[in-house]
Amino acid sequence: MNKVMSNKLMIALYVLPALLLIAILIFIPLILTGYYGLMDWNGIGTMEFIGLENYINGLQDPKFWESAYHSFLLAVFSTLSLVIYLAISLILASKIKGADLLRKIYLIPMLLSSVAIAQLWIKVYNPNNGILNSILMGLGVEHPPAWLAEPSIVLYAIFIPILWQYAGFYILIYYAALKNIPESLIEAAKIDGATPLQIAYKIKLPLIMGVIKVTIVLAIVGSLKYFDLIYVMTGGGPNGASEVMASYMYKLAFSTNDFGYGSAIGFLLLIITLIVTVIIRKLTASDDELQY
Amino acid sequence: MNRIGYTVLYICLGLVALFQIFPIVWLFLFSLKDNREIFSGSPFALPSELKWENYAKVWEGGIGIYFFNSVWITGLAIILTVLLASMATFAITRMKWKLSGFVLGLFMVGLMIPIHSALIPLFSMFLNVNLIDHPLSIVITYTAYNLPITMMILLGFYYTLPREIEEAAIIDGSSIHRLFFQIILPMTTPIMSTTVIINMIYNWNEFVFVNTFISSDKYKTLTVGIQNFIGQYMTDWGAIGATLIISVLPILLAFIFFSNKVVEGISSSAVKG
Repeated sequence: MNKVMSNKLMIALYVLPALLLIAILIFIPLILTGYYGLMDWNGIGTMEFIGLENYINGLQDPKFWESAYHSFLLAVFSTLSLVIYLAISLILASKIKGADLLRKIYLIPMLLSSVAIAQLWIKVYNPNNGILNSILMGLGVEHPPAWLAEPSIVLYAIFIPILWQYAGFYILIYYAALKNIPESLIEAAKIDGATPLQIAYKIKLPLIMGVIKVTIVLAIVGSLKYFDLIYVMTGGGPNGASEVMASYMYKLAFSTNDFGYGSAIGFLLLIITLIVTVIIRKLTASDDELQY
Repeated sequence: MNRIGYTVLYICLGLVALFQIFPIVWLFLFSLKDNREIFSGSPFALPSELKWENYAKVWEGGIGIYFFNSVWITGLAIILTVLLASMATFAITRMKWKLSGFVLGLFMVGLMIPIHSALIPLFSMFLNVNLIDHPLSIVITYTAYNLPITMMILLGFYYTLPREIEEAAIIDGSSIHRLFFQIILPMTTPIMSTTVIINMIYNWNEFVFVNTFISSDKYKTLTVGIQNFIGQYMTDWGAIGATLIISVLPILLAFIFFSNKVVEGISSSAVKG
């Protein structure tokens, strides 16, 4: 038995195809990104080694920091929106009839591609015929804004479809966690005269704190990588007002063919994502995890 | 809680449901109208007559080929991913070797990677081996990038398989291949179907890789195809609506028929950071 199950050749045969794929298509490219960042390179011609110039330029590039700031804002919005999702989940998990159907309805936007969502919301925001301005004008607003063309509001306008897209996902996670809380705990608190709000605050939330922390990491790290929807909806515009880190990197490489500099920005994106992940994990880690 | 309290809660939940579903309903409504009706009538109105020709027009206008590409690329990548992930998970959880923990760790690190950080080297690698503008580049990239999450979902199930099954099979003289393909793999069907669903959603909706690696219309999938396509029909809202509905329909149908599997898959993908 042991001999068969520790046959080296067989192990290699079963693991290597998958391992080689992720090595060649994930890990080697990540290392190469850091390396290409040291080059002056247009993607096709010869590379010229220029040391840390791209990285230094990147750290001094106001456009990069502006895009990083937008990514950071999205991360803040996404984290704050968790409160709304949590509130909805608390209601949904409080013996509501049809909760199962409702959480499935909430999930539908999550199933659509970011491209389709972007195209749909371009139409929603259309200044003349979009559903939003139709409603606003119906309510008597005379000149509703051209949502995606205003530098001062475009990022907020983009955040609404993001909120819409992920609502079902987070509600699903919170709902499952809340349903895991033993009914006996809630019943005991009710007998002691606790109000529904007290039960939510003092019993339910502490008990699902572990899940809440995971979702905070997901929301923040996901926001730092955000790309598809913004790229399709505004292309980072108008005039960079909705540029995020990933879209800035993408433009540098595939629109201006500055592969060396694009790689450096891509590597900074990787480093920032990893550092933020570690910091949030540290901040949200706790050894007094509640047991029940 | 009293009845008024519950009524308020139901209204809140109903409004959220309306917010989630209404943009899609509106999309479906205008996909069946023509511009005159869209621009002059109420956005909430049902189409006066159903303009199914919007669908026929965009399907024949080129969406058909994007749709077909999406189907076979998504399907092939799903088969590869689930098969390779199952094999690797089997070797890591069931076979005995020293580096199994380390190798598992490598796959799990793959969950946290921002794909944009790997995009430029991937592009230049594919350029060097003549796979740029070749659908194979997309298939293997989808496979590689979905392996970690697929294995993550499979792991728990493989750990709970009883050892006795393997012992009995080996004592009966079964080879590793027979054990894996004829005994273990069929046993994991429920969890495999979850990974198939989640891979289907990811692959069908993927955008960046296709947008970067593929330039010919004949290889484009729906996400990228509808981009140029919509550019073409800039002002024809009915055509754009029909295009979008066609592109999201397969996933929505899968959701209607397998909603519990989809819910399960999406919940278990929550570890993807």
